[in-house]
Amino acid sequence: MSDLPVLLEARAVAKHFGGVKALRDVSLTIRQGEVYGLIGPNGAGKTTFFNCMTGLYVPDGGGFVFAGAPLVADAPHRAAERGIARTFQNIRLFGNMTALENVMVGRHVRTRAGVFGAILRNGATRDEEAAIRRRAEELLHYVGIDDRADDLAKNLSYGDQRRLEIARALATEPKLLCLDEPAAGMNGTETEELRVLIEGIRADGTTILLIEHDVKLVMGLCDRVAVLDYGALVIEDVPAVVQHDPRVIEAYIGVAA
Amino acid sequence: MNKWLTPRSSLGLVLVAAALIALPFIAGMGGQAWVRILNFAILYAFLALGLNIVVGFAGLLDLGYIAFYAVGAYTWALLASPHFGLHLPFWAILPIGAVLACAAGALLGAPTLKLRGDYLAIVTLGFGEIVRIFMNNLNAPVNITNGAQGITLIDPVIIGQFKFSATSTIFGITVSGPQKYYYLLVLLALGVILVNYRLQHSRIGRAWQAIREDEIAAKAIGINTRNVKLLAFAMGASFGGIAGGIFAAMQGFVSPESFSLIESIMILAMVVLGGMGHIPGVILGAVLLTILPEALRYAVVPVQKALFGEVLADPESLRMLVFGLALVLVMRFRPAGLWPSPERRRELAEKVR
Repeated sequence: MSDLPVLLEARAVAKHFGGVKALRDVSLTIRQGEVYGLIGPNGAGKTTFFNCMTGLYVPDGGGFVFAGAPLVADAPHRAAERGIARTFQNIRLFGNMTALENVMVGRHVRTRAGVFGAILRNGATRDEEAAIRRRAEELLHYVGIDDRADDLAKNLSYGDQRRLEIARALATEPKLLCLDEPAAGMNGTETEELRVLIEGIRADGTTILLIEHDVKLVMGLCDRVAVLDYGALVIEDVPAVVQHDPRVIEAYIGVAA
Repeated sequence: MNKWLTPRSSLGLVLVAAALIALPFIAGMGGQAWVRILNFAILYAFLALGLNIVVGFAGLLDLGYIAFYAVGAYTWALLASPHFGLHLPFWAILPIGAVLACAAGALLGAPTLKLRGDYLAIVTLGFGEIVRIFMNNLNAPVNITNGAQGITLIDPVIIGQFKFSATSTIFGITVSGPQKYYYLLVLLALGVILVNYRLQHSRIGRAWQAIREDEIAAKAIGINTRNVKLLAFAMGASFGGIAGGIFAAMQGFVSPESFSLIESIMILAMVVLGGMGHIPGVILGAVLLTILPEALRYAVVPVQKALFGEVLADPESLRMLVFGLALVLVMRFRPAGLWPSPERRRELAEKVR
């Protein structure tokens, strides 16, 4: 895998909240087309890393280079524009919009109709609107919940909500899809279905960054894994090596089991 | 795609159109005062639909909406009255008023839209008051607004030789000034309904709804929340500006006291009472809250005389009492508004369960 071009490079990213050092100079490299796992005990800084990368937090030191250009950490919507999409650990859907509408909103960043287009409803706007709807329907089908298209997002089952969140993220045409604990709270069957879905997304050419606690899922799915502990990078390597690293076992008892 | 024009819905459309055309003449039989009340109902519906973009669609609580109405009204008053000796035509003033109100909206929105909920409400409330106090005090050292006395002798809407303020006979039918304004207002209201509807079902409308639902998620999928919110503010403000211009022309007089906080609250109440984010509901709210107090005014004195033989409470104080009671009752029994959108009704029904 090491010959693949680099998609995202984190360079000594640091972030602290008051006296708490949530990230201590974390540097890692994600290559195009891989599934990259980010693991670590609770509070290790995984989600903080996500939030720095997607612009929700501004790092106190270091930075990111994404697809060859630095990622300016000033506004979250820029990250999505550049091609970074994410899901949230505690699902954040637009609850009172239908599943289809949720995905349609995801198309926002790749479409352009403005106020005047909306009011005049000219040909270009109508075409774009139809394309948005078509693409959203395709994506719902892709993640396997097209039968729930007209249900309100909050009425979907937990597993379907996770899938919907992934569909919404995919609607932004990401180069890098970041999944924050997608299997949390899922049963065995749902986790297996999720694994198949993630495999499929990777096969279709999207690079994936995965934060996950389900060790089996991470080790089975990821090409490379990074381990964070107390905000610092412990190791970054292929799963087979990471699994047997004594530092990881120490930091994260249970990984090697 | 023409599922709208079934025979049944076309018949309904024709009936509604006929009712809208006939209404000012029916109201006119009870005196021109009723036509004026009708006009205000439509003007308020227009305003409420403007505010609905901000409050209903984007979920931003704006308690100073009347400021934009004031900007529009004063724009018309200053550009078409003897005060400065300017008499610009309506087609020039209305866009200027809309643009100025829009600019005022952006001016208020740019620094404040980082605030959420209560904090935004307080700042907008302050802004509304600031604009009113400005109008009240901008008569010295240079007299711009004529202070508390307001501006009088404002030009009516004039299209060519057609004066909206005067009675004239068209095809043998006598049409009064207020009746002419009624048709103008209905046209404008239909325009704002169309704009509301189209915005709601567009890329922008979805972005507003997304921000209302979850701002962080909206940011994460690439919505520039600041710009999109600003857009809602500016759009709402422009409609306020247009309504203000028509108000100034219709009344022929503006003064700061027309733009007090209670007006902002009334318009917000129309939106909330009718059904936030639901266009027919907002119109219903506006019409009810304009007409009912007036009807009350006509009914209160005779009813009290009949019951008690004397007038115990004057209509004005009763108005607020009934208004407050109505709000409490609606919030208790129909929390989504009198005519909520189907989704919103579903949403609240679930919470109760």
